[in-house]
Amino acid sequence: MKDLAPTGCRDLPVLKQRGQHEVFCGLTGIIWLHRKMQDAFFLVIGSRTCAHLLQSAAGVMIFAEPRFGTAILEETDLAGMADAQEELDREVARLLSRRTDIKQLFLVGSCPSEVIKLDLARAAERLSQQYAPNVRVLNFSGSGIETTFTQGEDACLASMVPVLPASDERQLLLVGALPDVVEEQALGLLADMGIGPVRVLPAARAADEYGIGENTVFAMTQPFLGDTHGALERRGARHIPAPFPFGDEGTTAWLRAVADEFGVSDEVFERVTAAPRARAQKAVAQAAEVLRGRSVFFFPDSQLEVPLARFLTRECGMQAVEVGTPFLHKGLVGPDLDLMEGEFTLSEGQDVDLQLDRVRAAQPDLTVCGLGLANPLEAEGLTTKWAIELVFTPVHFYEQAGDLAGLFSRPIRRRDLLKVEAAE
Amino acid sequence: MKLTVWTYEGPPHVGAMRVATGMRDLHYVLHAPQGDTYADLLFTMIERRNHRPPVTYTTFQARDLGSDTAHLFKTACQDAYDRFRPQALIVGASCTAELIQDDPGGMAETMDLPVPVIPLELPSYQRKENFGADETFFQIVRTLARPMERTARVTANLIGPTALGFRHRDDITEVTALLADMGIGVNVVGPMGASPDDIARMGQAHFNVLMYPETAESAARWMERELGQPFTKTVPIGVGATRDFVAEVAAITGVEPALDDSRLRLPWYSASVDSTYLTGKRVFLFGDGTHVAAAARIARDEMGFEVVGLGCYNREQARTIRALAKDYGVEALITDDYLEVEQTIEALAPEMILGTQMERHIGKRLGIPCAVISAPVHVQDFPARYSPQMGIEGANVIFDTWVHPLVMGLEEHLLTMFREDFEFHDEAGASHHGGAAKARVEEQEAEETPAPGAPAQSSIEIVWLPAAEKELKKIPFFVRGKARRNTETYASERGVSEISVDTLYEAKAHYAR
Repeated sequence: MKDLAPTGCRDLPVLKQRGQHEVFCGLTGIIWLHRKMQDAFFLVIGSRTCAHLLQSAAGVMIFAEPRFGTAILEETDLAGMADAQEELDREVARLLSRRTDIKQLFLVGSCPSEVIKLDLARAAERLSQQYAPNVRVLNFSGSGIETTFTQGEDACLASMVPVLPASDERQLLLVGALPDVVEEQALGLLADMGIGPVRVLPAARAADEYGIGENTVFAMTQPFLGDTHGALERRGARHIPAPFPFGDEGTTAWLRAVADEFGVSDEVFERVTAAPRARAQKAVAQAAEVLRGRSVFFFPDSQLEVPLARFLTRECGMQAVEVGTPFLHKGLVGPDLDLMEGEFTLSEGQDVDLQLDRVRAAQPDLTVCGLGLANPLEAEGLTTKWAIELVFTPVHFYEQAGDLAGLFSRPIRRRDLLKVEAAE
Repeated sequence: MKLTVWTYEGPPHVGAMRVATGMRDLHYVLHAPQGDTYADLLFTMIERRNHRPPVTYTTFQARDLGSDTAHLFKTACQDAYDRFRPQALIVGASCTAELIQDDPGGMAETMDLPVPVIPLELPSYQRKENFGADETFFQIVRTLARPMERTARVTANLIGPTALGFRHRDDITEVTALLADMGIGVNVVGPMGASPDDIARMGQAHFNVLMYPETAESAARWMERELGQPFTKTVPIGVGATRDFVAEVAAITGVEPALDDSRLRLPWYSASVDSTYLTGKRVFLFGDGTHVAAAARIARDEMGFEVVGLGCYNREQARTIRALAKDYGVEALITDDYLEVEQTIEALAPEMILGTQMERHIGKRLGIPCAVISAPVHVQDFPARYSPQMGIEGANVIFDTWVHPLVMGLEEHLLTMFREDFEFHDEAGASHHGGAAKARVEEQEAEETPAPGAPAQSSIEIVWLPAAEKELKKIPFFVRGKARRNTETYASERGVSEISVDTLYEAKAHYAR
């Protein structure tokens, strides 16, 4: 980090407005978490709305019997609390008898279960004892009154930290659910530098579990894991702050921070990173041709906004007009803000109508926003990139840097390509 | 508490959104937490709407609870009015807000907004999407429509079409044309396309065309009682139903019946010799009650299929569908449990499914062709082209849509004759569907142990002997399910516990038609 000048935007004033939020709730994270953790089942205790969200949010349905479901609260459950706990036991028993492959069960709280104060922690404890050692039962909240979109993953991972065994082993922990291909690349780079052992949270299976403790250092691969960060520090683990591994520069800075912690020599670092780094630079440069000099406006969505804005402005030559994020966790995205320069609006939280007024006034070349806003803004003549794709696509580390730039350049290229007017 | 994997209907406030989004100059203020805004994407992505749904969500958070969620609602309501200047507001709560009991209707009433404010009571823990749409449209009509002088010429209101409806956009055009053939005009179409001012003049029509009972039956009954407007009971999907609809409209209005069927092609296409192969195809129907009832009639009377099972997910139509099933000599499946529908289809082993997007996925898994006849539907069911279900063109569209997933005429025979061919075989699928052709993998030697079969209607455990199992695999995939089922039924009725090649062909002879 020593060669990066910390002039940056960390102390930029933050615009905070309180109005309608146009964001998903934390339950949405289940869509990718249930694919990542292959022996886990996510049981949402909620309403028909929760079930409807889960099947609509991804835009596609995964129509094998999925490893998630909703225990829908009914009129009778709302009457008395004792009943709801018994009902939950019955549904869990039915589920686990049918799905013997399940080793971890997450009871996921929702808006209605939080409002009626259904005690899922107690339920998880009771069920854990009942089904030990075959199934571990944990709980977290993905409710929209407490969590925004990617915070669901944060809540889930944070719930797993306290039950990890203790270990004094000197080790590196990578924190954040990554697509398998990306995770393997990251592990490969670290192994080539001689860094190990490396653990991953979340692990693909409960059986892959490890212990943590004071000799654990951890690096975050996602910027939205503030609670998990806190939970790990409470277990004595130490965070390695770094920019997030997006693009050539972010990936190099992230790897450098980890390498420094493990005393990797400059020579080894150069040998391991030079080739993939050159590939990333080449790929980004190609995609960045159409991005250079264009302006970008971020609506708040996944908390990836700040690191992505850093990538687009520093590596692709774009100009940020507004960078909106649901939460600004400076402890995590501070290093990314340090690298950024120039004037833009940094906003936290949302009043969507006022923000729409700003985007219309600014007329940016590219608007990054949620699925509810993208088509209406396209119809108004703006070019958009739906933000959810950034969470569902492999975009981290060197080999995906070009793909990441491509996600932003494609909508602009497409708008330039389409010609439906008369030839004249 | 009930475990749900996939749902056929959303919560009732999504039904209210379908009404609001279909209309113009109406705004919906919904007391709801932030996650509920996901519902916007149903309209902007699945239906590709180019405007945000006219919905303001209060998006309260945990820290607002117990302190000022009521204040939050009032602010959101006032801001929404000031910004969008609608002709009327509807206000209500989603499932979470229902629990905190802020009474959005009561609060909005105290605000003295200069436009009608219509409170919605939609019990989220008892009812579902279709109820929400029906109740919302009913409340809007009840608040705004008044008895009025009838239009000079005979006119009708078309009621029921909403945003996110299955082919509602094109059905409106088709029904408008059917009425125009008889010299009948359209007064108001609603909710789709209507403003609150339009709703206020619905009383001018001579009668109502109830296009979709799921979303407008309550309003139709209220208008019949309070505005003296009769409503049509026939939904004009299919050739017979379209003709019945014309007759019903003529009876209601005293206008001479007329139908321009010069563009109607379903009857001839169905009669032409290429369609012979459709005869007795075993079909299973599932969807909303209205579309299933219409599809059953088309399937049996206009396509010559055999209906082997039918059902609906909306309990409001349970009675109608049970009566219909009796007519068809099958048992009605009334459920919103996706896994139960899947099990039923698996057990019936139909040759084709007529269902919703959910059944399309069941069909994919079981290898059964499927055509979509009802909501819920996905983005591919909102085609760019004109594609109605109702009226003359609707019948033509249905013929094409239902035949498309099937293996066609002579191709079916060729598959049967040369089923060992390495390129032209079962798993290659129908030739008009594209996709990479799969070369046939040579069968491994049959296993030593007999494969267990399903015990059909008896307690005898039936097993398939390896040779019979191998013979069964030679039967083309689109009739294999029927052959397996027939053979097992035949065997169990005769107390035969082991199915040999002979049993297979005895059963074939027994069921020959």
